[in-house]
Amino acid sequence: MPLVKRGTIVADEFIALADDAPAPDKGAVIVSAARFIAEPEVWLGRAAPLGVAWPNDRDVTELVPYLSRLALIALVFPKFRDGRAYTQARLLRERHGYRGQLRATGQVLRDQFLFMQRAGFDAFDVVKASDAEAFAATVARYSVFYAPTGDGRITVFRARLMAAARPAAVAAGRSGS
Amino acid sequence: MYAHDELDRVLVNERVTEFRDQVRRRLSGELTEDEFKSLRLMNGIYLQLHAYMLRIAIPYGTLSSAQMRKLAYVARRFDRGYGHFTTRQNIQFHWHKLADLPDSLAALAEVGLHGIQTSGNCVRNITTDQLAGVAPDEIEDPRIWAELFRQYTTLHPEFSFLPRKFKIAVIATPQDRAAIKIHDIGVALHRNAAGETGFEVMVGGGLGRSPFIAKVINPFVPRRDILSYIEAVLRVYNQYGRRDNLFKARIKILVHELGVAKFTEEVEAEFRQIRGGALALDDEVVADIAARFSYPAYEKLADAPPELARAANDERFSAWRRNSVARHKVPGYAVVTLSLKPTGGTPGDATAAQMETIAGLADRYSFGEIRVAHEQNLVLPHVAQRDLPVLWRALDAAGLATPNVGLISDIISCPGLDYCSLSNARSIPIAQELTRRFADPQLATLIGRLHINISGCINACGHHHIGHIGILGVDKNGEEFYQITLGGRADEGAVLGHLLGPAVPFDQVADVIEDIVETYLDLRQAPDELFVQTVERLGVTPFKERVYATR
Amino acid sequence: MTSPLQQKIKIAGPSVVTANRTHDGVVIWRTASGWSTALADAAVVRIADEARALLGAALADDIGAVGPYIAPVEIAADGTISPGNLRERIRVGGVTITLPAMA
Repeated sequence: MPLVKRGTIVADEFIALADDAPAPDKGAVIVSAARFIAEPEVWLGRAAPLGVAWPNDRDVTELVPYLSRLALIALVFPKFRDGRAYTQARLLRERHGYRGQLRATGQVLRDQFLFMQRAGFDAFDVVKASDAEAFAATVARYSVFYAPTGDGRITVFRARLMAAARPAAVAAGRSGS
Repeated sequence: MYAHDELDRVLVNERVTEFRDQVRRRLSGELTEDEFKSLRLMNGIYLQLHAYMLRIAIPYGTLSSAQMRKLAYVARRFDRGYGHFTTRQNIQFHWHKLADLPDSLAALAEVGLHGIQTSGNCVRNITTDQLAGVAPDEIEDPRIWAELFRQYTTLHPEFSFLPRKFKIAVIATPQDRAAIKIHDIGVALHRNAAGETGFEVMVGGGLGRSPFIAKVINPFVPRRDILSYIEAVLRVYNQYGRRDNLFKARIKILVHELGVAKFTEEVEAEFRQIRGGALALDDEVVADIAARFSYPAYEKLADAPPELARAANDERFSAWRRNSVARHKVPGYAVVTLSLKPTGGTPGDATAAQMETIAGLADRYSFGEIRVAHEQNLVLPHVAQRDLPVLWRALDAAGLATPNVGLISDIISCPGLDYCSLSNARSIPIAQELTRRFADPQLATLIGRLHINISGCINACGHHHIGHIGILGVDKNGEEFYQITLGGRADEGAVLGHLLGPAVPFDQVADVIEDIVETYLDLRQAPDELFVQTVERLGVTPFKERVYATR
Repeated sequence: MTSPLQQKIKIAGPSVVTANRTHDGVVIWRTASGWSTALADAAVVRIADEARALLGAALADDIGAVGPYIAPVEIAADGTISPGNLRERIRVGGVTITLPAMA
């Protein structure tokens, strides 16, 4: 499955560790939530970037004490219709200030890219190669946004008020980030 | 009327471009039906028994004459020359081809119409009182708030894949004409003792397999905080709503299973976190939206002009006026309801020719504005009283002046098994037969206000639970049977109806309804005791005894 | 979602496989080799294994058809196929109400 970051397909520097696999001496790994929460300091003590795969039915506030030391959190869409991870992503980014990589995993399809990006995801484990290749074009499909999230895009409400104050700002309000 | 600006238009056009690409990928096989289905649903496209159905959002039920003309064009060009107005203030076309849908949506986009979020597990079209902006007793125009909610929920990145669909309705009068208590969220605008406005928030109403009346979880959310409060409700639902069972996925089940107190606690905790953030509605934001609504330049007119007195001799006109014309907040004006329930017709259907006639009459007599009522009728909201006689003649000629608004033949009905792939039994033929049985206007007037609601399956699109008489189609060993409930109501005193007894077969339904009505006429204490009040006073037993005595 | 093929297939009598055509939604029936808009052309199956095979072939054409399923039919003495329940009668014969004339 191709990994998309910053709009392009990149190599994955992380290895997803199976629950029965021993931790390698070095190298970036992604461990399960259960394994991480059982021994957080052991995992964080490794001299390598650490990622945690977090299920969509577990409260992300459990991760709050460790956020500044986590390099990656992988949230999961077991089906593309199951939207719980959108809420988790916004809470991690907007409420808890998480700044590391936020990766969408599971059934990650083209027509959800923009929703995911707006919710705070910046890395995408894409199911289909053709979807991954279309990433940049897909997230540029819309230039108008109503709902405010933490993604920095200017919403219509704000763009209008800016336009009222300064007409040229309407055009600026349409640019994505 | 709300004036769409360039930003609104750009979004709708971008949506059409996106959907055109999705249809292309589906037809070429790049997208499986499973993947495509939720994309088409989010554009209001279902696959019904015979063809694709396109449902177009009519936000808070307000249409311009130009939009109505475009609906007529689409009906002719891409469908079979008619459309069906629904209980959610939408319109749907039942005979579209998938390959035509991008062009149809592009045509509608020219007037700002679209199918965005008219289906799928997202926040649906925001509905309100069809008399919004003209009701004499309204605190302020609820459409300002409906428009704010519409914009906020459009393509919401967090709430587009909820456990199940989500419906929000808003009112600003003591009388509830929008059935807000059967919505996932119903909000009612109030003014407190200090003169500030805010919203009573009700959550967890809904019909379907497990009907519930919404519960109040906050009696007064200040207007500045209402979007934050709605986001808190949606966020709690998105996290904790059930996804293991389609039939238990609506928020009403979450509210029921957690209990109102616990649910409210969760919402309030989330609300405390986000209150005052990016969703806080500063006065200037509300004022900006309000400024986009334009109101007619009403003339200074007096009530009861001479034209009305002269026309009063015409009994047909007077009967229509008594039935279909309501008070307007501006003197000399009136609100006119156009019945889409002619005898023997399909409730809520309008032909392309009728749509064009209505658009023309709206331009001439209603400042170009039309409303859709959840009862599946249309409304001309700003008619000068002096124009009523001439308007009536035009409506009568177009088959739009059946004087049965609010009466027994003003039936709410889903499309039923004639069209719908979910349905178990037909609805429309039942409605048509009932309109024939009660076609005599004097009989209907004698009976008085009586709402019949018909659904062809448990999903309850015809709102049968809250009809004064509810009729629900069920399948019994391959035969169409109908369960009948009595005593439901959709207004501010919303309650669910009570089951009368065993289901009756298709060809007995109209007879049974006649028996029920006769029983009511025998038992009512006074001519002004409504059917629903008699049922409330006596229960269903006397009706049950009469109906089943001979069956 | 459970694939229709993973569900237990039980048929009570002669049956056909039907769906809607992807590009226009028109009702279609599975024939021995493809699809037809006429019920008369439908392949009729009488046992579960045949039904499974016919449904499998229909499901394999995800581009051409939406939502294939097994539907009951009645076979007259002269071999005429007619729909086996009200829903299928409406799918074959159209709505049971009068539609407005195109104006």
